[in-house]
Amino acid sequence: MKLAKKPSLWVGKLSRQLILLAAATVSLIPLYFMVISALKGREEYLENKWGLPSVPVLTNFVTSLVQESTPNRYFNSLVLTVGAVAISTLFACLAAYAFARLRFPGKNTLFNMILALMVVPPVVMVVPMFVSMARLKLVNTYEGVILIYVGILLPFSVYLLTNFFETIPQAIVDAGRIDGCNNLGIFFRIMLPLSAPALVTLIVVNSMWVWNELLIALIFLQKDDLKTVMVGVSAMRGRYYLDVPATMAGLLIATIPIIILYLFGQRYFIRGLTSGAVK
Amino acid sequence: MKIMRQIEPWLFLAPSLIVILAVFGYPVIRLIQLSTQKTIEGVTRFTGLATFGTLLRDDIFLKAVTNSLYLLLCIPVMVFIALLLAILLFERVRGWQTYRSILFLPYLLPITVVGLVFAYFFELNGAFNDLLRAVGLDRLALEWLGNSRLALPTVMVVIIWKEVGFGMILFLARLMSVEEDLFDAARIDGAGWWQLQRYVTVPQLATVIEFFSVVSVITMLSWVFGYVYTMTFGGPANATIVTEFYIYQKAFRFNQMNLAAAASLLLLLVTWVFIFLELRLRNRSGLREVSG
Repeated sequence: MKLAKKPSLWVGKLSRQLILLAAATVSLIPLYFMVISALKGREEYLENKWGLPSVPVLTNFVTSLVQESTPNRYFNSLVLTVGAVAISTLFACLAAYAFARLRFPGKNTLFNMILALMVVPPVVMVVPMFVSMARLKLVNTYEGVILIYVGILLPFSVYLLTNFFETIPQAIVDAGRIDGCNNLGIFFRIMLPLSAPALVTLIVVNSMWVWNELLIALIFLQKDDLKTVMVGVSAMRGRYYLDVPATMAGLLIATIPIIILYLFGQRYFIRGLTSGAVK
Repeated sequence: MKIMRQIEPWLFLAPSLIVILAVFGYPVIRLIQLSTQKTIEGVTRFTGLATFGTLLRDDIFLKAVTNSLYLLLCIPVMVFIALLLAILLFERVRGWQTYRSILFLPYLLPITVVGLVFAYFFELNGAFNDLLRAVGLDRLALEWLGNSRLALPTVMVVIIWKEVGFGMILFLARLMSVEEDLFDAARIDGAGWWQLQRYVTVPQLATVIEFFSVVSVITMLSWVFGYVYTMTFGGPANATIVTEFYIYQKAFRFNQMNLAAAASLLLLLVTWVFIFLELRLRNRSGLREVSG
């Protein structure tokens, strides 16, 4: 505002840009490193780590796609993601409707208990689950893993949807009731259509979570033809120890779905991950 | 009709509750069983707290717990960086939306991928050391993940690198919901940049900072398996073993289910304290009212 402040204003602007530029660079370095390394030959990688490849090679992607049965891994990850996200979203919608719109004894206590499960470490459940699932022959099945994923996704999903349902004006619900809707009718005809943004958010965030999950997939799907993308790439370092570019190509192939999801659904990610803390 | 009304909520809740009981309820009971029994040659005996005694005398377990606690040191650093970035973005620096997208990206990348890329990045002849050598810092070109004193701090740097974006986005979202008038009023009153942050921004963010810190404590204690598994596998010489990895190792490498169960139970009890704290914070700060 005052004239004397002008130079400091200019310095301030520049230093802000520099800090953000530095932070952005640091954020992108691993991605840059992964992409350029995946396009290099083995020798070139050893001599030139930071520079762009002199001649980009695609053989690493072929190695990774063919030798690592990547299509099969993709299929497994896709089955788990679609299965777990679809089931958990459906179940969570139903439960959230009860929490947001119906009256029953012990509602708040139950809601808080479910909320608390949001942060239970998965590794804690893994040991007893493995023992039981081995007995029920559910190890090395999609069903077993989907069940665990649904359980882990439910608390956050119920929480997010309950909060969203609560913001839908009661007047709309009352109008539906006057028009003769029962609870199920209100749920399907009013709540779900009005909740589309929250549902998309939930689906995007949960899909990312399942796609990226390692621990449970590692333990419960050990048979080679059932392994997920993440489990597959986690083993590549040992197998291609001297062929870093091949591993990098594999990592890149594993990450592409997430990057595409992020490019198209960025605002959903931000909305979904900040709900629970801010407006 | 009245009975229908009483039953109906439970019908809506039933699918979720059944899954939750199967995935959370039942395992807790099994954990208590597994950690207080032992099966030798087909005969199951009640062993009381003996397994816990073995656990607490296991140096590797104690090392894992210590390392898990070490990871908590990441949190103040994460809060500081996230705060700084959120404030800069909130000032609508030119190109702030692009910066926001880029800075948030690490949080969404798979831990497996991040861990492996950094494992190569920090190798003795990796890209990071190449950079150090190029600028004449040859003496600093060390084996970052292979040295037992450096490995844990290096893992911590990677964890901070990945998790900081979440704090930033939380803080930024909260700042954007603060009435603009509040900042204007402070500016009109002649508050400088530091004063503005000190007396307006940080107090406005207090509840979100608390929330992020508690969530991060839980993350550090119990969601870091992927980093350790891909970067160091707990090594060198258990330098980076954490509680989660210890449980994995005991159960699925050494087949000592009872020990793993006892360690799981202890980890659950500790996180339970923080979960309780989180719920208290949520209720006290009225977070439920402002969310959704």
